[in-house]
Amino acid sequence: MPIQVKVLERPVGEASYVRAMLSGMALTFKHLMNPHKKTEQYPEVKWALSPRWRGTHRMLTDETGKAKCVACGLCPQICPANCIKLVPGEDEEGNRYPLVYEIDEFRCIFCGYCQEVCPEEAIHVGRHYENSEYSREGFVYDLERLTSQTHPVCEMWDPDDPKGE
Amino acid sequence: MIHLATLAQGQIYSQFYDKLVPVTGVPWLLFTILKMLVVFTVIMVGVAMLTLAERKISAWIQDRIGPNRTGYGGLLQPAADGLKNIMKEETYPDAANMKLFILAPMLSFIPALITFAVIPFASPLSTKWGLVEMSVANLPIGFLYILAIASLGVYGVVLAGWSSNNKYSLLGGLRSSAQMVSYEISMGMAAVAVLLLSGNVSLQAIVSQQQAMGWNIFPLLIGFFIFCVAAFAETNRLPFDLPEAESELIAGYHTEYSAMKFSMFFIAEYSNMVTASALMVTLFFGGWDIPGTQWDNIPPWTVLKFLITGAVFFGKLLSFIFVFMWVRWTLPRFRYDQLMSLGWKFMLPLALCYIVITGGAVLGLDMLGVSRSVQWFGIAPFWAALGVLNLVLAALVFVVLDRGRIISPAYSRLSARQVAHLRAISAGRSLVAPQGD
Repeated sequence: MPIQVKVLERPVGEASYVRAMLSGMALTFKHLMNPHKKTEQYPEVKWALSPRWRGTHRMLTDETGKAKCVACGLCPQICPANCIKLVPGEDEEGNRYPLVYEIDEFRCIFCGYCQEVCPEEAIHVGRHYENSEYSREGFVYDLERLTSQTHPVCEMWDPDDPKGE
Repeated sequence: MIHLATLAQGQIYSQFYDKLVPVTGVPWLLFTILKMLVVFTVIMVGVAMLTLAERKISAWIQDRIGPNRTGYGGLLQPAADGLKNIMKEETYPDAANMKLFILAPMLSFIPALITFAVIPFASPLSTKWGLVEMSVANLPIGFLYILAIASLGVYGVVLAGWSSNNKYSLLGGLRSSAQMVSYEISMGMAAVAVLLLSGNVSLQAIVSQQQAMGWNIFPLLIGFFIFCVAAFAETNRLPFDLPEAESELIAGYHTEYSAMKFSMFFIAEYSNMVTASALMVTLFFGGWDIPGTQWDNIPPWTVLKFLITGAVFFGKLLSFIFVFMWVRWTLPRFRYDQLMSLGWKFMLPLALCYIVITGGAVLGLDMLGVSRSVQWFGIAPFWAALGVLNLVLAALVFVVLDRGRIISPAYSRLSARQVAHLRAISAGRSLVAPQGD
């Protein structure tokens, strides 16, 4: 029994392969002679990031160089990827500060909730995306690394100024 | 056949062979070795650069930039690729037939390189030891040699597909054998028309005939068309790249190959392309002939003449290679049934008919005494008469070939009536009963 093949009735008699071929060749030749130059030479030329770009995290510091974080625990609470590790500590004056603050950039989904929820505007997602490391451990950023980064931070969407003006 | 003896080309032909003594003895041996080395080097370096050219041309066609990091404008990219391929790990599949697996790349690579040996790539050179022919081996049966060696290339592909013990490879090998066998016939048949016109199978004689009468492209237009399509199929280039068909067969016959063995297949493909282009130039575009002048066709055979004709030959060759690449990045692959129907139902009958027509026309024109030598405005009447015949034939051929008779594009605009018709068919077949009463 022959295999049942569905045959589509196409009006092929009205279409010319030769003409289609020649017009295709003309099109490719046009592009060959005059290519649309869209490529950016990446490492030398970089794409301008949006002000709301959410990338590598940054911990902001106060005037004394200490992290602004008060170890309230909101960011590990809200984090959907569960990538923030926070161990709170308290000094003699009763000020809370993070003993351990680590973000696993591999687990992070860069939703930016940590920045939105932070009451002290300490943790931020940044306008930065080139993070490569030689080991997986290198992607766990500790407090020192988070505070020492200098890239610009994300400007969150403001309901009062929806277009960012 | 009496007329063939009195051809105008005979004058140039005799100047070529009778008055100057070819180089013999030890100088002949040394010159041959030198030519071998030069041709081998030029082809290998050329093939390397062609891979870059292919990538650059494809990039420009697709509005990209292409490799531009290694060396100025990516010029060292082939060197980097070669180095990478040599350093890479060779993988051997457990289930492969090891002897044939190793033999296949060689069988693919060697015929691709040695076909170039008989192609005359420049005017001969007069030295104090005698006249040096500018082809590695000036065989009197050059064309038959090419047909014989070119058909060996399929063994490499088929053996690679079979010995890999992989179903995709095997399918690629099978397709390749079917395709090459189908198109080789029409390729040979198309070239018979050239032989009818030149009365000789030596490639040098074919070039001389074109120098005397004008290039074969016009009087043998249909022959060129058949030859060109068959050459695309023989070199496994798109739109005939069914043996490797990435989308269906992974990489076809070289799926299991890695490192330098894979590279061998690549070099073979590009060398095949070079040889096919060289063959088209030699058979239809006057070989190393410079159009519009007789300066290059007559002695003295100086170094300057050698260099200029060589440059002209390689210029023609490169333009054909460009066409190969241009077509590759434009046309989609044929379906298997389209490939077979084009090969067997169209090309072969057309080639057979064309031999009869050309043979009849050549005989008739010779009997009528139409001159083969250049007469009015640098045009030979014989050449013009055959050319007009071919133009008429070409018009007929493209009408028959086109519009769904042999090949068709997959899509054309539907008229409103056709849409209604198709809807009616699908409504009748639908599993769900139509709504309403």
